[in-house]
Amino acid sequence: MKIKNAEFSSGISAGLPICLGYISVAFVFGIYAVEAGLTPVESLLVSMFNLTSAGQFAAVPIFASLGSLSELALSQAVINLRYALMSVSLSQKFDSKISPVYRFVFAFCNTDEIFAVATSKKGFVSKSFMFGLALLPYLGWSIGTVAGAVAGNILPEQVISALGCAIYAMFIAIVLPEAKSDVSVRFCVLISVILSCIIYFMPVVSDMSEGMRIIIVSVTVSLICALVFPVRDVADTDCAEVELK
Amino acid sequence: MSFGVFIKYLAVMASVTYLIRLIPMLLIKKQIRNRFIRSFLYYIPFSVLTVMTVPVVFFSTSSVISAAVAFAVAVILTVLGKKLITVAAFSCIAVFVTEMILNFLP
Repeated sequence: MKIKNAEFSSGISAGLPICLGYISVAFVFGIYAVEAGLTPVESLLVSMFNLTSAGQFAAVPIFASLGSLSELALSQAVINLRYALMSVSLSQKFDSKISPVYRFVFAFCNTDEIFAVATSKKGFVSKSFMFGLALLPYLGWSIGTVAGAVAGNILPEQVISALGCAIYAMFIAIVLPEAKSDVSVRFCVLISVILSCIIYFMPVVSDMSEGMRIIIVSVTVSLICALVFPVRDVADTDCAEVELK
Repeated sequence: MSFGVFIKYLAVMASVTYLIRLIPMLLIKKQIRNRFIRSFLYYIPFSVLTVMTVPVVFFSTSSVISAAVAFAVAVILTVLGKKLITVAAFSCIAVFVTEMILNFLP
């Protein structure tokens, strides 16, 4: 397996802000899991094998109370349903040179943040970029969990609070330039903001989990945008790519 | 809970969270040619990123004020064309500083 250094480091630097955000969320997860009765090793294993924040927070009480396995499976399926959609979208970004074997690896690392960074990149992504992108967030997620589980009071609250916004700042830095230059993306962002706020703040529907909110808003908004602003035909983009070469 | 029981729960959970991500990726290997589906998939990441950011960004730190400052810093730096890491780092610093100031206020 050949790893291209430039691609790998560009992945690493895109992964760093995700990693910072993950440390702060995983830290809180570690504290939460140990309080519920899991050992630090068990908390770490849950993080290392799942990589799903909302899912993990929902699973811990089921683990701790020895709830039914079908309840566990069903809740995970519902909370993580959006990843099925994201996997379809991510599958379209892989360079044709990426061997199908790597899909087993990249499917595992397909989180909201990694997905969003990879798919909002122009053109295809290489496997070196994907490995670089996933590495730090995975480490941050694991290390953050252990740190929270073993020593919940090790980081001052202000630092956790400050790290908490890293992910969102990065999202803004990804979306805003596209929204500035492309009217269709601007439209997409605007109606996403409106719909998201409505669901978040409106009574009754605000009980919806974050995972469901992401699915409902992104599917609705993307359908509307696909109708109003369809992208150019494949033939057109192929030509454009040929011209660029 | 014994470790053996824990492993059973973990196995069920990990299988579900992995298969839900893996199956679509294995089923769809070719580039999709349909224009409507391609358009739909083009907008998904922007929409997902936006939904994940607004409004929760304002509740991502210990006070709405520090989060709002971080949000403003991120927007300004992005408009100025700064890199991802720079934007993220300065937003974190902005939260830290704002909360220090807030602590000193009566």
